[in-house]
Amino acid sequence: MKVLGFALRAFRRDLRAGELSILLAAIIVAVTAMTAVGFFTDRVGGAMKDQASQVLAADLVLRSAGPISPGYLSDARALGLEFAETLAFPTVVVAGEQTTLAAIDAVSDTYPLRGQLTVADTLFGNGRPATGVPLRGEAWAEPGLLGRLGLEVGASVSVGERSLRITRVLQYKPDQNIGFINLAPGLMVNLADVPSFGVVKPGSRVTYNQMYAGSDAQIATFRKQLTPRLRPDESLRGREDAGDQINAAIDRAQRFLTLASLVTVILAAVAAAMAARRYALRHLDNIALLKTLGATQSFVIAVTVTELAFVIALTSVVGVLLGYGAQYGLAVIAAEFVGFVLPPATGQPFLLGVLTAATVVVGFALPHLLSVGTTPPLRVLRKDLPPPRLSAAVTYGVALAAIGALVLVIVRDPLLLGLIAGGVVGTAVVAFGLGWLLVRALSRFRGAAGIAWRYGLANIARRGGESVVQIVAFGLSLMVLLLLGVVRNDILKTWEQTVPANAPNQFMINIEPDQLPGLKAFFQAEVGQEPVSLPLIRGRLTAVNGTPVKEVKVANAQGAAFLQREANLTWTGTLPASNVVTDGTWWGAGYAGPLQLSLDAELATNLGVKVGDSLTFNVAGEDINAPITSLRTIEWDSFQPNFYVVLSPGVSADLPQTYLASVFVPRDRVEMLSRLVRQFPGVTVLDLEVILSQVRAVIDKASMAVQYVFLFTLLAGVVVLLAAIQLTRDERRFESAILHTLGAARRKILQGVAVEFVTLGSLAGVLAAVGATLLGWGLATYAFKLEYTVSALLWPLGLATGALIVGITGTLATRKAVNEPPIAVLRDR
Amino acid sequence: MLRAAGLTKQVSSPEGILTILDDVSLNIGRAESVALVGPSGAGKTTLLAILAGLDQPTRGRVWLCGEDITAMDEDGRALLRARRVGFVFQSFHLVQSLTALENVMLPLELAGEARAAAVARETLANVGLSARVGHYPRQLSGGEQQRVAIARAFVMRPEVLFADEPTGNLDSATGDRIGRLLFDLNAEAKTTLVLVTHERDLAARCDRTIRIEAGRVEAGEVEAGRVVA
Repeated sequence: MKVLGFALRAFRRDLRAGELSILLAAIIVAVTAMTAVGFFTDRVGGAMKDQASQVLAADLVLRSAGPISPGYLSDARALGLEFAETLAFPTVVVAGEQTTLAAIDAVSDTYPLRGQLTVADTLFGNGRPATGVPLRGEAWAEPGLLGRLGLEVGASVSVGERSLRITRVLQYKPDQNIGFINLAPGLMVNLADVPSFGVVKPGSRVTYNQMYAGSDAQIATFRKQLTPRLRPDESLRGREDAGDQINAAIDRAQRFLTLASLVTVILAAVAAAMAARRYALRHLDNIALLKTLGATQSFVIAVTVTELAFVIALTSVVGVLLGYGAQYGLAVIAAEFVGFVLPPATGQPFLLGVLTAATVVVGFALPHLLSVGTTPPLRVLRKDLPPPRLSAAVTYGVALAAIGALVLVIVRDPLLLGLIAGGVVGTAVVAFGLGWLLVRALSRFRGAAGIAWRYGLANIARRGGESVVQIVAFGLSLMVLLLLGVVRNDILKTWEQTVPANAPNQFMINIEPDQLPGLKAFFQAEVGQEPVSLPLIRGRLTAVNGTPVKEVKVANAQGAAFLQREANLTWTGTLPASNVVTDGTWWGAGYAGPLQLSLDAELATNLGVKVGDSLTFNVAGEDINAPITSLRTIEWDSFQPNFYVVLSPGVSADLPQTYLASVFVPRDRVEMLSRLVRQFPGVTVLDLEVILSQVRAVIDKASMAVQYVFLFTLLAGVVVLLAAIQLTRDERRFESAILHTLGAARRKILQGVAVEFVTLGSLAGVLAAVGATLLGWGLATYAFKLEYTVSALLWPLGLATGALIVGITGTLATRKAVNEPPIAVLRDR
Repeated sequence: MLRAAGLTKQVSSPEGILTILDDVSLNIGRAESVALVGPSGAGKTTLLAILAGLDQPTRGRVWLCGEDITAMDEDGRALLRARRVGFVFQSFHLVQSLTALENVMLPLELAGEARAAAVARETLANVGLSARVGHYPRQLSGGEQQRVAIARAFVMRPEVLFADEPTGNLDSATGDRIGRLLFDLNAEAKTTLVLVTHERDLAARCDRTIRIEAGRVEAGEVEAGRVVA
């Protein structure tokens, strides 16, 4: 009770006297940064999940080849889930004399549960978000269908026994299949109209979908209920199973955001440690006095710990409030820029804020303050008694353990934690080594120039260990700044380059072999470029090593799924650019021998097959059998057509096949596509621009979020710098006063200060560049799986930034101390 | 009240073992005032620190208020100081972030005294600083700061008061006033006073002067200005 009361009074007095300001500010910055990032990434993460849901148009989709038990829907309703139903089937659509195969999408009124339909009023017109779905008696047609039938919006088409009026052009639907399997252009109709078509009969090729959306917990519960009841022809697809490309993009985005919050925490914690050290040093005398007045060691320590508990409470509350405000501002700006509304934040970042304050206080402030608790009372008589020294092992051990624990709680990724820790510890070790060398080497240059030079260098040399600590602190914060400013940009650019600007945006399928030369000539004439084409063979895996697939035990569910569907096969002599052979031998261009197979390595794992096994595919009623002679890894996010199964050339050329072609058409030339559709009526054109821009939007949003988050981290870096300068403030005031008294002009003293900070900054810059290069390389290579080349800018920028930032900030921040009247300073001593 | 027997203090230095105090013994009675005098570096302050329990001797024992403080640990000595010992220092040692009143309240708060503010106010009035209770140390003159320090020393009504060069940082007129204040309060509270000083006048006010030279008590002690055998 006595401790609590004393600590409370001490806390109030410290607050009032401004003794705690720097420490509080540092911890508040830590908590604010952390929770701003936490709240923001929480919301961005939510938005990301929504984006992934858009690929499904729901959070969970149940797909079946037959009518789905209505019981599932009542279960979904009971759990409070939203739901929608769709029916997909191919059928011939008639318009006057013209007929064409169309993929009918019959949707219920609630479709889509996630994402939005994009429609236009004219063929290739400007798209806009749709409200609702086609009304009964109406249809929304994909551009390809209108092109094939030579129709405009407003025309009528017949589906079975029903005539429908086309009221919109359907440009985009969230669950658009980007696997190039939909052969016919789509026509979206109202689900309630389907019975009136008279085309869906038992045995028809119809895919039934039920879609569900709700909270993560609801979906998980529902999925758990549903899974054991599924028939063999029913399958569930969740957000996590959604498109490979989107998943890869989101995964990287989240790693980026995690990295952002990570460096903010480290920077702010360094600032807090510096502030705590300064506070502790300033309180040596007070603690000695308290002990002289009869305070026991345990009392002093108890009061310190209690006061720190108040610090945690205050900084948590203030920091979380500020953090929420900061993220709100960020979210508003982000929304304004990219036009998406973030979902509300969860309460989790609040806990994270408290945890951050506690981690920073316990890991970075407590050791310094506790060590001061051991100050001997004799210090009241003997000022020259050195302050109690904290062993480096304790200081850094506790700090690293605390930050490591916090980081692990946040990222839950030991590899990333390891890389970060390695970079920081490595830089610290290198920095201490180099800093020590510099301090030693400096003495040689002291006589080289005037008094300012000598004073500045002498300052660094005389403070020895402290200078090294400062260099390390500057170096570490600069390293992070460089990591954000340069390496982040490099990694981001590399990442964005995985989606090339001129990625093929028009994909054509259903090209008859005899149409191919004409199609190539068409594009050569229109855009001066021939499309890349690959043969497309539809086949179903029927046997593995002669054993029918029904009797084959595959390795996992993905393998089982492959057995369920018709596969897209191709044949080629040259290994596709985004493929790498990991096992076996590629047959090579010009091969014309017996048929061989090359499989995606992951598919081989899923199926449980290896090089040397043989597979049998049924292609148009005919069985073809071939050995697997190579396995490949495929870079799926290359935005090039890729195939799980590739056949060797030669014999394959005689199999029934069509062609798939891809080409880049500039946006201002897309009007030519309607001519293409008319000239080659059987060819289905998929405008991937819409799909790609959707993917790019996800990436853009992620980048945008990352940049905002990093902006905040930059701010934390500046605070570290100021805290570091604050640490030596008292000493500088005194020194300047002495120099003034001895007759040195203010300008000379300032010059000396400038020399000192520019020198410190330059060295810190070099250290930072080393650290950033190593860390950037490690992160890019191991965490993000990107190729990273060190930017030529990094080193000169590190040096210049270090010298400039530290030089200017240091000189400015010290100016006041230098300019104080000497008598006021000397009296304080 | 205060007894020391065979006090020796040695520290290791680059030149080897350095003896600061060499077999010092003394006995100071209740309400007695004693000045420790001697040249700089003679060991006066070290002796004061050991007598007050702020430092430990290498050899020898100290009994303060009847308790052997050399047998106590740091915390034990702190508790003893809290109840029975006061200090006045040459450099005042006021907490810069606290007002005069709060500085005087400190020992009361450490002792858990409920009426800390009232008692402290009263004590500040006794040293003539009623008008200055809300001032911070840097807003006070040197003499005023030392008066705050004296108020802080007396506020717990200590049995023993240790003063280390209490007038050392003050001009002679102010030093004189502070000296008078110290002795007036001492007489009134019947406190045992041990002070280290270079000021002859201040030493002369004491009942007894103990002269320290090179770590040893000089043979002749001076009592109220007279050398006694």
